[in-house]
Amino acid sequence: MAARLLQGSDAVAQAAIAAGCRFFSGYPMLPFTDLLESMARRMAAAGGVCMNAETEIEAVNMTLGAAAAGARSATGSCGQGIALMQEAIAEAALNEVPFVVFNMARGQQDYFQATRGGGWGDYRTICLAPKDVVEAVEHTQLLFHLADQYRSPVMMYGDYLISHTYMSVEVDPIDFGPLPPKDWALDGSRGGTGRSRQIWTWAMGKANDPGPGPDLHWQRIAEKFDGVARLEQRWESKWCDDAETVIVSFGTAAPFVEQVVGELRDDGVRVGTFRPISLWPFPEKPLAEACASASRVLVFEVNAGQMIDDVRLAVAGRAPVTPLGRVSIDFSGMRQGEILTVPWIRDRVRQVIREVTV
Amino acid sequence: MNDSQSLLPPNRKVATALAPLQLSGEHHLCPGCGHPVAWRLLLEAISELHLENKAIGVVGHGCYTNIVQLADIDFLQCLHGRAPAVATGVKRVHPDAAVFTLQGDGDVASEGLAEILHTAARGERITAIMLNNGVFGDTGGQMTAASVVGQRTKTSLDGREPEAHGYPVPVADLIASLPGAAYVARGAVHNAGSIAKTKRYVKKAFEIAAQGDGFTFVEVLTMCPTGWFLPTADGPDYLEGTFEKTFPLGVLKGG
Repeated sequence: MAARLLQGSDAVAQAAIAAGCRFFSGYPMLPFTDLLESMARRMAAAGGVCMNAETEIEAVNMTLGAAAAGARSATGSCGQGIALMQEAIAEAALNEVPFVVFNMARGQQDYFQATRGGGWGDYRTICLAPKDVVEAVEHTQLLFHLADQYRSPVMMYGDYLISHTYMSVEVDPIDFGPLPPKDWALDGSRGGTGRSRQIWTWAMGKANDPGPGPDLHWQRIAEKFDGVARLEQRWESKWCDDAETVIVSFGTAAPFVEQVVGELRDDGVRVGTFRPISLWPFPEKPLAEACASASRVLVFEVNAGQMIDDVRLAVAGRAPVTPLGRVSIDFSGMRQGEILTVPWIRDRVRQVIREVTV
Repeated sequence: MNDSQSLLPPNRKVATALAPLQLSGEHHLCPGCGHPVAWRLLLEAISELHLENKAIGVVGHGCYTNIVQLADIDFLQCLHGRAPAVATGVKRVHPDAAVFTLQGDGDVASEGLAEILHTAARGERITAIMLNNGVFGDTGGQMTAASVVGQRTKTSLDGREPEAHGYPVPVADLIASLPGAAYVARGAVHNAGSIAKTKRYVKKAFEIAAQGDGFTFVEVLTMCPTGWFLPTADGPDYLEGTFEKTFPLGVLKGG
């Protein structure tokens, strides 16, 4: 399929349908609203269902039900809406129902919410943060695959720039390889045969076929997430081999930082850039390696300092870690904050390099 | 051991007969509890309507949750209050399945009132069953949104008083007022007559949902002598003397 100029939300909607998504449910909230509207326009023609749910709690629980019934399913929201969904995201992680959550956040202030979650129990959520619409189209399809591969809810961390920016993209189905059969999904067909199925966070099983119970079941899930943490780290780094200074940023902020770093290198400053693509699992070791020659690590994020915790854990005291960003909200329509510009970041990097002597 | 070797006296033998689709008679429910009767009605209805290989149960949190282990039906156990929303997703993916929810009054009237009303208003073609004993039995006897005026619980020690605690929510009546609801009935399980009627309600609800006429809802008043802090044998009389006055039995809509 040839590249077409698409709004980010519509590109994500088309990518989800190309990935086989046939159930979508959401509640309007900017900048997620555009994705819901695109799904409402496109899903019926694809033979699927799009629900304008009455609350975010109902949206995510409908999605959980559809996914438990075997359909590739998704929901989404942002900020407060994602907060309401955390109960069911945790539940789905613990009863192993796979679906995708499109978190079209209002800026970068929801990093903790996306990577730590607010649900109950020992669970994790794979979270990918695309830098632009082209990557969002790829991540959308990859997330459906990862959800099914690990039988777990997964999240995209998007924002206004992902949702509203137009880019020229190709939306073709991507083959990520074979997946285990969904023989656990409920369709009612095995009732009365002695082999009926059950989805239950406690995994108690049936009287004629007892399950492992919560202790073993949750321990097995914890081990599953240990494996995900090892196998599913994604990142991108540039100019780190000789860098005295490494700047870490995520999502749509990263291209701004990369532009600044390129300009500084033209000026002879030995600076590199590192971008976690998977916010969880955080690419801890790759970041440590990227910072091996660095005497200072800077973190640019448009918030009061959230990802910097993960950066500090990765760097583990080998170099000072300094925040570049701050809380910054504007009403331009993109709500990315006034600090998200190349001149602001460039001035701030130069200032910090002068101040943080090593 | 076969029947001839049974150690149970003859008048207890009926209790050894499992309901259709029931995998085991082992359960953790208290003496005098009404839930097992409601379970039996549900399983008999599914069996008699030949729905066992297309039924999917979506179950809330309460003493009744153990039906997930005990019945040979596909089950999805849900977060407290959310079963109708989950069942909506299941039904939209499998439109020909007999999707039903099983919840208590804590699940429906307290935590999940939005979910049940919105699902009814959308006219989802499912059958929702609410076991109403007016108390949080599983957590040891606290007040729910369906506890009746005067009812003593651990959080309404001198009885539910409207001034302090408000009034019980008549869920079935609220649902009956919604155009999306095709069938609404309220039954009970405290005597043979009410049990027979309630079974007819449950079967009717499954039939109407299968016809695609809309949302169907059956409230079943059940005894909870433990949570009512009464002697076991007093459960049926208390149900009739108090709950039935607040929640009158019968068909409220359709059928």
